[in-house]
Amino acid sequence: MFLLVVWLATTVIFFLPRIASDRNPVRERLVMMAATGNLATGMEKVVEAYEREYGLDQPLYLQYVRYLSSVLRGDLNVSLINYPTRVWDMIKQRMPYTLGLVGISVLVAFALGSLSGATLAWPGAPRWLKGALPVFLTLSPIPYFMLALLLMFVFAVRHQWQPDWWPLLPLAGATSVTAVYDGWDIERVLDTIKHSILPALSIILSQIGFWALGMRGMMVTTAGEDYVTLAQMRGLRPGRVFGLYGMRNATLPQLTSLALAMSLIFSGVILVEVIYRYPGMGTLLYNAIAGFDYFVIYGVVLVLIVMVAASTFILDIAYPFIDPRVRRGA
Amino acid sequence: MLDPSTETTQSSAAIQAEADSSSDSSFSAISQIGYYLLHERMLSIGLFMLIALLALWLIGGQIVDPKLADPISGPQTAPPQSKYWLGTDFNGRQVLPLMIHGAPLTLRIGLYAGIFGLGIGIILGFLGGYMRGVIDAFIRIISDVFITIPSLAVLVVVASTIKESSGLSVNAMGFIVASLSWMWPTRVIRAQVLSMRESNYVEVARLNGMGDLEIIFRELMPNLLPFLAASFVGAMASGILAAVGLEALGLGPQHEPTLGMTIYWSLYYGATISNWWWWYVPPIILVAWIFITLYLIAAGLDKWANPRLRQSL
Repeated sequence: MFLLVVWLATTVIFFLPRIASDRNPVRERLVMMAATGNLATGMEKVVEAYEREYGLDQPLYLQYVRYLSSVLRGDLNVSLINYPTRVWDMIKQRMPYTLGLVGISVLVAFALGSLSGATLAWPGAPRWLKGALPVFLTLSPIPYFMLALLLMFVFAVRHQWQPDWWPLLPLAGATSVTAVYDGWDIERVLDTIKHSILPALSIILSQIGFWALGMRGMMVTTAGEDYVTLAQMRGLRPGRVFGLYGMRNATLPQLTSLALAMSLIFSGVILVEVIYRYPGMGTLLYNAIAGFDYFVIYGVVLVLIVMVAASTFILDIAYPFIDPRVRRGA
Repeated sequence: MLDPSTETTQSSAAIQAEADSSSDSSFSAISQIGYYLLHERMLSIGLFMLIALLALWLIGGQIVDPKLADPISGPQTAPPQSKYWLGTDFNGRQVLPLMIHGAPLTLRIGLYAGIFGLGIGIILGFLGGYMRGVIDAFIRIISDVFITIPSLAVLVVVASTIKESSGLSVNAMGFIVASLSWMWPTRVIRAQVLSMRESNYVEVARLNGMGDLEIIFRELMPNLLPFLAASFVGAMASGILAAVGLEALGLGPQHEPTLGMTIYWSLYYGATISNWWWWYVPPIILVAWIFITLYLIAAGLDKWANPRLRQSL
């Protein structure tokens, strides 16, 4: 499935643009550079050299084979704007930020959402939790990056209605503009965390309601099962019944929906990064689109697809560890 | 939000009695919907919000001159005041008319996605669910694969290569977004058809000598209506989501004031840092309004179609 997803996706993004238009990105980029005076002489020769190098003068199916083999080798060509820099090197630098943002926010949102959803389905749920659910449900259909902008409006910009103690968080970037860091010392880590709060929060706030709703639905069914009643009658501690008998069994469908949601989560994170100028792959993509840096656009998109497919795959193989029923190969 | 006037409660009680005696007249069907609406907050709030949105579109679009949404129709970045209710943007466009004429464009993109997504979903879903076998396996795998592929990634590649200097038109945008809106409808419809074709009433229809097409249109389709409506709304939401995403990345129609483009331009000119909040907050609220509306309607319809959900919620 993983390979099928990656192959089909790469094929689609190879052929669709070529069917839809006959733009030649290398030529266009070079013409743009020539227009700004960077590359005045021997324009045609350079274009031809590029086309030969990237095989753009060959028939489509040969281009496709060549493209597939370079994708397999992990070769994503070079950036047209920052010429000799390889696209993969640029992405490698950005990837930890994106993965960190996705990882933290999904973990927190999934854990918080599932836990509160499960609590809501169990007898004796606290009233504030019942009141909070509609609020989070209302937030859940709003795209992450719009929530990000609203959070920015409230927590990153100074307004008259804010009291003096109002906390203001950084508006953009992953570290302070004035700070210069050599390595990853504690100060830089703290600075990065501070800059990541709002981007992460905008994803978490939007997701909690979704996971809570799903978990509540599952727990309602689970709570009615005979084995839960039996466990209660056996006098097991309520926490044990809730966690091991209730939540563990209700989590599996949640993981399935998490796997299906991965593509939406990744695209959402990419956009949140653009809002906060967070130095992940989203900002890289944004800049590449603005400058029409074709190979960078392709590279980011490809890596994004592979990351989504990989995360889905990992969740798939994680099922048996969480639910023994799957392990027996039913 | 619900105003249960005495008239409707009375009629709903009457309908309840009527429904119990399992009458099948169209009158009872309509009033059953009315009864349901009264008791289903999600759907009725959603519909109420939809009506407000349509009112903004139809009435606001008539009253407010579209020229006011053009550049230099007002001063630069004026805060909200009596003359310009929601202020003006960096290019001197008035934000309120911008919203009134921008929202329908965004909704239009969503409509394309909804219509296209539902159409393909019905064809593929029925084909797979009803025919089964190899065709079904193929359709199932393809739709699962495309659900896993982040559609924004594919759309970015397509939109950035065919982007002309002036950007895409709203219609082109709609078609691009619509091309990847069919997976969830296909999945949902297929699953429903798969379970329905085994049900007793379909069996009875088949024994009565009904043909496949007749069964599909006269037995399955009517029962699927709430699902189809929910799928339509869902595809619409995913289409608008993809569209505002592309627009935030700068791949939208450059000369059309869709809501996503207004947000993009406000970011482009640094409205957050300069604290021109009246420029980017209204489009966000409007987009959020659209998404919450669609979400409530879809969830309400789902509950309607799925009585089991009704109890647990």
